[in-house]
Amino acid sequence: MDSSNLQQPGIFAGLLAIIRRDLLLAWKRPGDVLNPLFFFAMVCTLFPLAVGPSAEQLTFSGPGVLWVAALLSTLLSLNSLFMSDYEDGSLDQMLVSPQPLPVLALGKTIAHWLISGFPLVLISPLLAMTYRMPSAVMGILMLTLLLGTISLSLLGSIGAALTVGLHRGTALLSLLILPLAMPILLLGANTVSLAAANDVYGTGIWALGAYAIASISLAPYATAAALRISNE
Amino acid sequence: MTAKLSANNLTLIRGESCLFQGLEFALNPGELLLLEGQNGSGKTSLMRAIAGMLSLESGEIFWNDMPVNGQRQEFHGSLVWLAHRTGLKGDLTLVENLRFEGSLRRQAKTDPEVIYERLGITRLKRLALRSLSAGQQRRVALARMLMAAVPLWLMDEPFTNLDREGRQLVMDLTQEHLERGGMCVMAAHQDIEIASPIVRVRL
Repeated sequence: MDSSNLQQPGIFAGLLAIIRRDLLLAWKRPGDVLNPLFFFAMVCTLFPLAVGPSAEQLTFSGPGVLWVAALLSTLLSLNSLFMSDYEDGSLDQMLVSPQPLPVLALGKTIAHWLISGFPLVLISPLLAMTYRMPSAVMGILMLTLLLGTISLSLLGSIGAALTVGLHRGTALLSLLILPLAMPILLLGANTVSLAAANDVYGTGIWALGAYAIASISLAPYATAAALRISNE
Repeated sequence: MTAKLSANNLTLIRGESCLFQGLEFALNPGELLLLEGQNGSGKTSLMRAIAGMLSLESGEIFWNDMPVNGQRQEFHGSLVWLAHRTGLKGDLTLVENLRFEGSLRRQAKTDPEVIYERLGITRLKRLALRSLSAGQQRRVALARMLMAAVPLWLMDEPFTNLDREGRQLVMDLTQEHLERGGMCVMAAHQDIEIASPIVRVRL
């Protein structure tokens, strides 16, 4: 054919294209994006109202509540990661595209994190104020949430890919992901607690960083394999 | 075996039923592979198997005489699939959808405007796909197929939702693609008026 000399777009072009498309889709449907964020904000603001205004109790429970809310809100948003692609046939098109599937899966996960994980990190200091968290500790909270939500989005993408063919797979998805997400929750919440108590907290941050790097390098392959299986 | 796209001894079992067994075909440039059969006879499954999305019970599909499984990337770079579900995003406009596709696949040098004009979708460019009719969305999917510079077209029921003029257009486009040395795998129930050589597979 006369067109055989044309270049196949590189994987970086493919990665950027899918991130841009998903961000554009989120921009056109802001409701879906804001839901998990509202959930996070609501849990974090309702909790102090329910347990009472005791300063001591709030500083004590703050890190744990913020982290549990962040974990649950991420799980809540993950279900829709591949759902609409599955329903409108875009997932099939992704599977037959010449771009490597792990790259496309990574692109979708990055977009998902930018939409749901990153805003959560950004608003966390506001909510931490409710728990009388000192500003130095807020920095630690943001850092742990940053690393933690990256890992959660990536691990969650594996679960979302496995359950995409099932209707109402949310419960199963949470069940699949929770064992892998547990270390992130423990490390994150404890690191912030240690920092609040003026204790040594560095180890937790390194461990979270290691977890994030391991997820970035491994999860896209697992997600791609899961997408192939669940789309057969 | 010297065919560009060929298959031998394909067997596919879904659940309890055997959809096809010992199926073979060979397709060369300029030829159309027509999959015929009743609803549920396995036309779409065969097409998914060719696209590498279904694992077969037995048999292998070859592209340039080499198994597709060993060169999935190259093979996917040479085909475009017009599926039953269009795979286009309803919230995005035609141009936004096609721009995304353009970053995945090699694109033809043809001016997109010419393709839009030919398919009669020029005036729909600014609308979200959701607001278009099913037939118009199918025309957008056809535009995606035309813009990809690939030799192999997989078309699953390309005439669905199209009007009489649209059906004729699909046949004309297929004919032109075949005359340029392209190949086409088509699943259809209705009669095809195409002058190029047709390889028929009865499922």
